[in-house]
Amino acid sequence: MSAIQPNIQPPVSEELELVRRAKGGDDGAFEELVRRYDRNVFRIAQHITQNREDAEDVVQDAFLKAYGNLAQFQEQSKFYTWLVRIAVNEALMKLRRRRPERMVSLDEDVKTEDDSLPREVADWSPNPEQMYNQAELRDILTRTVQGLPPGFRTVFVLRDVEGLSTEETAEALDLSVPAVKSRLLRARLQLRERLSRYFQKRARGDGNQ
Amino acid sequence: MKCTEFLNELTNYLDGALDDRTRSELENHLSWCHNCYVVCDTTRKTIEIYRNSELYELPDDLRSRLRSAIMSKCSAHKEKNAEKEKKTGPQKV
Repeated sequence: MSAIQPNIQPPVSEELELVRRAKGGDDGAFEELVRRYDRNVFRIAQHITQNREDAEDVVQDAFLKAYGNLAQFQEQSKFYTWLVRIAVNEALMKLRRRRPERMVSLDEDVKTEDDSLPREVADWSPNPEQMYNQAELRDILTRTVQGLPPGFRTVFVLRDVEGLSTEETAEALDLSVPAVKSRLLRARLQLRERLSRYFQKRARGDGNQ
Repeated sequence: MKCTEFLNELTNYLDGALDDRTRSELENHLSWCHNCYVVCDTTRKTIEIYRNSELYELPDDLRSRLRSAIMSKCSAHKEKNAEKEKKTGPQKV
């Protein structure tokens, strides 16, 4: 089986050039950075907050914060990783405001018994795309990823949806690389488990353990 | 390799982050353990289906509205700082 390749991102040097121009007061260069990453920030924000209005606010607040703090960007990391870090923090703040009854933290490492042990081990067939139309599939995927704890969901989205490397994800979330790997494994296995209930071979019925 | 060891290495395997020896042990395990083969295959499909899902795409009209709002807030921020700077000396940008 082939390894999953991360999404290709634009060359850093060109991006750094834009950042330097923006730092020097060129708003056109900053607008180009907005244009480059607004879709990503919106997706990340919506995944974390699970609320469209909050996600719109996060996009605005994150870019404004980045603009106001550009001078502090050290250029040792990618601008995108730095921006994601700001966006994740803004999104978590929104989430905490909406759910004050629950502590929302990236540090939470929810331990449920055997939460990642595979139970559904039937193959997926036919392909999910053939079993469901696009809207149904989107609904299943949305509900499934929303069921993950915020800490797992965020790691999964940054790493697997947005294609950040493990190291970049760790940097953006202020987590260690082993913590990212452990959460990513559990997030992937939990999603697989839940999706299997929709996608497993219908002819065979339940899992065949 | 046991099934639990396979599970621990699954993420590294899917990310292509294993050394040759561990990868070949894992692939040997997959060649005879059907359950682990299915878990590996469906986990890979899980990642791919999310990556290709286009969940939460930003519609064009909302996108330009947000961009205008961001840029006008940035301008306001800049003007405010410039005024402060006139009065009290340089501020952070």
